Amino acid sequence: MNSGAGSNESLLSKVHRLWRCGPFSGGEPALRAALGILLALAVFAAFLAATGIDPAAAFSKGWEGVLGSPLGLSEVGVTMIPLLLTALATAVPTRVGLVNVGGEGQLFVGALTATGVALFFPVSQIWLMLPAMALAGCAGGGAWAAIAALLRWWRGVNEVISTLLANYLAILLIDVFVFGPWKNPEGLGYPYTTPFGLAAVFPSIAGSRFHWGFLAPVIALVVTYVILNRTSWGFKMRAVGGNPEAARRRGIAVDRYAIAAMVAGGALAGLAGMVEVSGIHHDLRPGISNNLGYLGLLASWLAGHNPVPIVAACFLIAVFLVAGDVLQLTAGLPSAAGLVLIGLALFFVLGMRRVERRAL
Amino acid sequence: MSTLWLVISGTLTGAVGPGISVLYAVYGELITERAGRINLGMEGCMLAGACFGFVATAESGSAAIGILAGMAAGAMAASIHAGLVIYRDTNQLATGLALTLFAGGVTAYVGRGYVDDIIQGLNPIAIPGLAGIPVLGEALFRQDILAYVAYGIGPLLWFVLQYTRWGLSLRAVGESAAVSFAAGRNPATLQLAAILLGGALAGVGGAQLSVGLTHTWSEGMTAGRGFIAVALVIFGLWSPLRGMAGALLFGGAVGLQLQLQALGAPVSPFLLDMLPYALTLGVLAVWTGAADRAMPAGLKTILRT
Repeated sequence: MNSGAGSNESLLSKVHRLWRCGPFSGGEPALRAALGILLALAVFAAFLAATGIDPAAAFSKGWEGVLGSPLGLSEVGVTMIPLLLTALATAVPTRVGLVNVGGEGQLFVGALTATGVALFFPVSQIWLMLPAMALAGCAGGGAWAAIAALLRWWRGVNEVISTLLANYLAILLIDVFVFGPWKNPEGLGYPYTTPFGLAAVFPSIAGSRFHWGFLAPVIALVVTYVILNRTSWGFKMRAVGGNPEAARRRGIAVDRYAIAAMVAGGALAGLAGMVEVSGIHHDLRPGISNNLGYLGLLASWLAGHNPVPIVAACFLIAVFLVAGDVLQLTAGLPSAAGLVLIGLALFFVLGMRRVERRAL
Repeated sequence: MSTLWLVISGTLTGAVGPGISVLYAVYGELITERAGRINLGMEGCMLAGACFGFVATAESGSAAIGILAGMAAGAMAASIHAGLVIYRDTNQLATGLALTLFAGGVTAYVGRGYVDDIIQGLNPIAIPGLAGIPVLGEALFRQDILAYVAYGIGPLLWFVLQYTRWGLSLRAVGESAAVSFAAGRNPATLQLAAILLGGALAGVGGAQLSVGLTHTWSEGMTAGRGFIAVALVIFGLWSPLRGMAGALLFGGAVGLQLQLQALGAPVSPFLLDMLPYALTLGVLAVWTGAADRAMPAGLKTILRT
């Protein structure tokens, strides 16, 4: 198995590897991804025209508002922070052959546990408070993913189904707390918790909404990349994902690696939840994630589950999400337009691949 | 004691109504999976059916047109999934989830002007005689027309899959596309038909929710029912009749939750809202022993346990 790009790898095999990795992995796949995005934009323009909106004006407003202004760019950065983490939450379990569709729920539970620490164990030192919250977020998300991992190992429940159902449970679990015992008594009836203390908040950078929480995905990306591609753990994980039976016979503790990868994925998504409440909302409330878990999963899929191209895929999705918000403000479109555009882009980019054989 | 009886009878009478929309999606996913494909976009198909069914009913004033529109919307949504997974060989899980997100966006976009509307949708029809049976009659025979159709589809689907040529071809493709190709069938066409039919049924299920049950539309109103249907197909071991039992179980959980809420149970209503999801997950955990053997072989690469 090829762990990382070997120096003596032939050009042919390199091209082959890029080809197989996914549309965002560089080289020709990137070209196909670009073509897919252009097609998606064309269909989206037709969709806008059909609903009575001038697509040219909407596109120019979107471009100005997202990539042409410091505010838009900082929003893209803010959106990328949790997306990168939920994308990694899918990428890591994929290495052992597990599909984690539960990023959304793990994010919510991570936000819940991080909030618990911020509310009930407040300290005034930021260097103590934030890491404690991050650990709590990881623990919460990891524990939530562990439910699916254990259900699979004890009862043979497929993790796709269990993580999907667990997402709905997690969203309701947040509601139980913010409408119930954790509701701010001075919150005028809104289902928000008491705002966090200053030490529990990621400081913003240059007065924008972009905050120091960006360090979380950066560290996570580096650590994940190194573990997956440069350590024997990563190699063994790939062995487990590739052929569990062969890995077992080779003496690898297959179950342990698989459960650990699932829990690690959950922890990454839980960290995303912590970063969202600490960096953006500064309290816990319903609806802190607008499909961020699902979008991260799809970003990881577009990127062939590789940490480096994941950044490109997350950037693309973040741009479209922010474009939806910008168009809501400037062109009177519903913000759901962003989701429509993302859906189209996913269809075209997923479809823009070499088909190995006719459907048979 | 009488409270307990109230809860039980209330749960039973309330179990069928909320289960019907899921039942349609169960049928749809079941046909899809028997052909060896999985469609996680069922949630999106239901949402499309709920939204376009509602809009068409609101605009035309006719619930029948609304249901047909919902059916068409579900099939159209499914056609995206079918085209990509069959003819472009994309990953089925990723494509289905992308479809669900896409449908969420489109329906929020299209339905935004209809959020506060209440329509004249389908109304319950009491079957004379049968509706008078205590509890059971109330539960089964005081439903809208789509419920009665759904009662019929289950046995019909079982018969078609088990005893017709087309059903056999479909099952054969689900077991091994290569073998059925060698036997002169066209796997791509059969799977296309299965996915489109599945989407149409899920669309009807969605329309039943908005046009039949609530008479309102709200963003994301299917709330995971499409995913629950996927779980219930596994619970039902890919059999339409057991699938009916699964949908009844889901409906029962919703009914019980509503009963407990109405009685003012001293727990958070959100905790009670968890009941249908937790129950579905729970029955899967208890029940999956047989699933491995019953699963169509074509699904095993994607849904391995």
